[in-house]
Amino acid sequence: MTPSFILAFLLAGASLSPTNIFAPVSTPAQSIVDLSLFVLEVTAAIFLVVFTLLTYAVVKFRKRSTADGREPAQVYGSSQLELAWTVVPVLIVVILFLAAARVIASIQNAPKPDNAIEVTVIGHQFWWEYRYPSLKVVTANELHIPVSDPAHPTPTFLTLLSADTDHSFWVPRLAGKTDLIPNHPNRMWVDPHETGLYLGQCAQYCGTQHALMLLRVYVDSREDFDRWIREQSQPAHINSTVSEGQRIFEKTACVNCHTIAGTAARGTYGPDLTHLMSRQTIASGAAENNVGTLVAWIYNPDLMKPGCKMPSMGLSTEQSAAVAEYLATLR
Amino acid sequence: MSTPSITIQENDLRWNLPARGTVGMYCLIAAEIAIFTIFVVAYIFYIGKSLSGPQPRDVLHAPIFLTICLLSSSLTIHIASRLLRTGKVVSFALWWLLTFVLGAIFLAGTFREWRHLILDEGLTIQTNLFGTTYYSLVGLHAFHVTVGLFALALVSLFTLVGYLKQEHAERIEVLSMYWHFVDVVWVVVFTVVYIIGR
Amino acid sequence: MSTESIAWPTSDTATRRPFVEQLHEWVTTVDHKRLGLLYILYSLVFLVIGGVEALIMRIQLIRPLNNFVSPQVFNRMFTMHGTTMIFFVAMPLVFGFANYLVPLMVGARDMAFPRLNAYSFWMSAFGGLLLYFSFVGGDGLYGAGNAPDVGWFAYAPLTAQTFSRGHSTDFWTLSLLVSGFGSIGTAINIIATIVCMRCKGMTLGKMPLLAWLIITMAGLVILVVSPLTAAQVMLLVDRYLGGHFFDTQAGGSAVLWMHFFWVFGHPEVYVLVIPAFAFVSEIVPVFSRKAIFGYPIMVAATVGIGFISMSVWAHHMFTVGMTSVGNTFFVFSTMAIAVPTGIKIFNWLATMWGGQIHFQTPMLFCIAFLFQFLIAGLTGVMLAAAPFDWQLTASYFVVAHFHYVIVGGILFATFGAFYYWFPKMSGRMYNERFGQLHFWLFLIGFHLTFDFMHIPGILGMPRRIYTYEPGRGWDTLNLIVTIGVLFQAAGVLVFVANLLWSYFRGKVAGNDPWDAWTLEWSTSSPPPAYNFAKLPEVKSRRPLWDLKHPEDPDWHYE
Repeated sequence: MTPSFILAFLLAGASLSPTNIFAPVSTPAQSIVDLSLFVLEVTAAIFLVVFTLLTYAVVKFRKRSTADGREPAQVYGSSQLELAWTVVPVLIVVILFLAAARVIASIQNAPKPDNAIEVTVIGHQFWWEYRYPSLKVVTANELHIPVSDPAHPTPTFLTLLSADTDHSFWVPRLAGKTDLIPNHPNRMWVDPHETGLYLGQCAQYCGTQHALMLLRVYVDSREDFDRWIREQSQPAHINSTVSEGQRIFEKTACVNCHTIAGTAARGTYGPDLTHLMSRQTIASGAAENNVGTLVAWIYNPDLMKPGCKMPSMGLSTEQSAAVAEYLATLR
Repeated sequence: MSTPSITIQENDLRWNLPARGTVGMYCLIAAEIAIFTIFVVAYIFYIGKSLSGPQPRDVLHAPIFLTICLLSSSLTIHIASRLLRTGKVVSFALWWLLTFVLGAIFLAGTFREWRHLILDEGLTIQTNLFGTTYYSLVGLHAFHVTVGLFALALVSLFTLVGYLKQEHAERIEVLSMYWHFVDVVWVVVFTVVYIIGR
Repeated sequence: MSTESIAWPTSDTATRRPFVEQLHEWVTTVDHKRLGLLYILYSLVFLVIGGVEALIMRIQLIRPLNNFVSPQVFNRMFTMHGTTMIFFVAMPLVFGFANYLVPLMVGARDMAFPRLNAYSFWMSAFGGLLLYFSFVGGDGLYGAGNAPDVGWFAYAPLTAQTFSRGHSTDFWTLSLLVSGFGSIGTAINIIATIVCMRCKGMTLGKMPLLAWLIITMAGLVILVVSPLTAAQVMLLVDRYLGGHFFDTQAGGSAVLWMHFFWVFGHPEVYVLVIPAFAFVSEIVPVFSRKAIFGYPIMVAATVGIGFISMSVWAHHMFTVGMTSVGNTFFVFSTMAIAVPTGIKIFNWLATMWGGQIHFQTPMLFCIAFLFQFLIAGLTGVMLAAAPFDWQLTASYFVVAHFHYVIVGGILFATFGAFYYWFPKMSGRMYNERFGQLHFWLFLIGFHLTFDFMHIPGILGMPRRIYTYEPGRGWDTLNLIVTIGVLFQAAGVLVFVANLLWSYFRGKVAGNDPWDAWTLEWSTSSPPPAYNFAKLPEVKSRRPLWDLKHPEDPDWHYE
């Protein structure tokens, strides 16, 4: 049923943009694309008909210079026409409504299978916290989920909470967006059938750095995912060569906001740093994760992400470098 | 508008549109109903949702006497406005004053209840969801009663200095529509707060 | 009787009254025509200011990771742009035209409550000034506050004291609260005027379609501005009296704010678009030389739209986690409203059909309205399909959709109204060539900006972001969108210059330059303070048509 050019657009879709809603890799996103194409076909048809009639009217009935100054015939109405152009739109509306209702039910009321991965997503200003309650893993900003074989699906069900104000989880290729609202838990699910990195970002204005509250979802093969879980479950690596950095970290109130499992750091206001170096980015996707950016970030977060909630602790560049070196050991 | 025309054309008799004041007051009442609806919805939505603090059934006692006063004032204002229509200005003034007194009793009683709730029961607008929604809804109504009382007092003043005459009966009717509205709102607020909410 | 002490007015003294006296007249006026003009001029000033705010945003977004303004400034820009355009441009424009036209078109001398009229204008005006004072009020906790940055719909709990320190949010709340009272006052006035002050013979079925549309709009204002007022009072209680209406820590609900706001917010856009429909319904017939097609159905469709519009609000909340049943209901109501709206488009089409279309500037803008409103409506149908909305909402697709309605629909129709009624209001004709220049510049700019703006939304670009990552496929599209703004700005400059020049130097217009059919064209241009020397008496919907065509009057057919 899909015209070939739309198919071509879809296939090119992912190369047009990594966040193209018409390049789905997961069932909810795919159902939405199927519904959208149907809606687009219907509205395109309506557009063509009305556009043609309007254009025709504007051209055919323009005032000619040969007009004799008499007014045209005055037509006040027509019950048959009014009936016709009421009944047809009503039918179209009914059809579109039924199509949408079906997809709403199939996405929102999908039952959770026993083998589903459960993740609790907690939105913060301006980062993402991820907890895997049954797998006992806590991480931040980069979500890992297993790929799902369409024949034997292993979807991931996300519970969406917020620690402060409203946010929205939007990774277009995986699913439509769902909001994270304090005191109002929400639920969504995805079952991506292709491994890879999928991008998105917060889609509900949440304050100054809403724009850089980016999403990175890694869909791993089952083996990679299991290995990642095992690594994330370990406490932090201990490395005595960076004890100076660790000392500064623990003395300068960093521990009030951050957790590093197995150490004195047990703060929960900011992201869990236990396996910081397992992530490719910092500041919820705003910068690459390497020692250089870490030093800059620690020195003054406001320079990289103005308005973010992490204050500059007034460390000197040497102290920042030491802390960064310590963090760089947290694989 | 107050002096009848000397010759009445037959066509004029057939072109009778409603009075501006009445239509304007109906529109104002519609807008006020919309604002009260939102506060009522918030109240109902938050019934039973307070996390702590005094609950309605512990501290609320239905103000029967005050309600009787306020609803009777609707009757007295109706009587007053009928009297003015027939030209009995003095009787009008007395029934009008009675309306004011009944309304003032209601307001005083409300504030007495609040004093008790704040000082004795520890329920303020900050305490919990019940406190916030209760004081806001009842307070909004009390505010409208206060505005009404000001208007009633002004009319009493005008009557006292002799400004008010029979020809103002229609305007008095419009004002009493507002007062009836305030009473109807109280019926709703009373039902929601003291009956449903407990 | 001595004559030496009498100062007879000469031509010098008679026409030049002191400026202060003229200013005093305007400030204390209760004349609906003057108040209408004050509303319109006020909104034109804010149109330019709101446009500058948009320009600042578009320059910041012209390329990824740009540095033109800080995120704090950008966030204030989109908040102020939205709030200004809706409350201090679109609403005053609509009220201004309604104020000017309604008494004239129903054959009355003024509105029902002239002093309430003046009060309403000055309340609205004060609201706008209060909002803009926020820019100069000063930063920080102890200053009066800086401009609000919570978005024009100010979602809780972002507006709580915790997340919005200082007074910026209070400027938003209070300025809208105040101007809301003005809006309700005007709405009461409109309804009382139309119900109580129509001239003899003008039954409700014989008044111009504009009057029906404006009274529907006024009814909506009465019912839906109050919920916003209520919600804002609740917000003030939360922020200053320690209340918990939207305090999620105390068990309050952020979603409740959304419901209250959108109960106002959705019908609000119908408040804005219904007068645009009114302008089109008056202009298209005159420039097609035919009566409006299907007057009774147009009335029914409008009233139907008014009612249904109050039942669709949660289509702005499809992503907040309502149940599937809740979402499905709002899909239904939202799609349902497309039916009467479509009927109106067909009726306008049928009005043009078989007519003799004249392409002067008012008609050009109305024809563009028809095409653009069609597209806007269809993207609305797409958004009504909730699952599709789960992708498209809060992205640049929905931003493009609503700008298509508000700019492509409402503003275009309003430009048409400006050109159509300018001769009546000023007594002079505008310059037609420059009117057409304005039209084409603005048309090109509009389509460059808002056609292309749909695509970044489809490619995943959310709204209200001060910058974006490269490599998402959004870069070139944002560049094109920004370029379109320059064309629109040029068009608006031409428009303002044309109005100014024509006011002083335009050709004298006479009573009825368009050969039109409603009562305002029967009196002078501009009308005298008392509107009509003798209150008119009508027998049909087009009284001037009856006068001009005594052999074939409308009341034979109605």
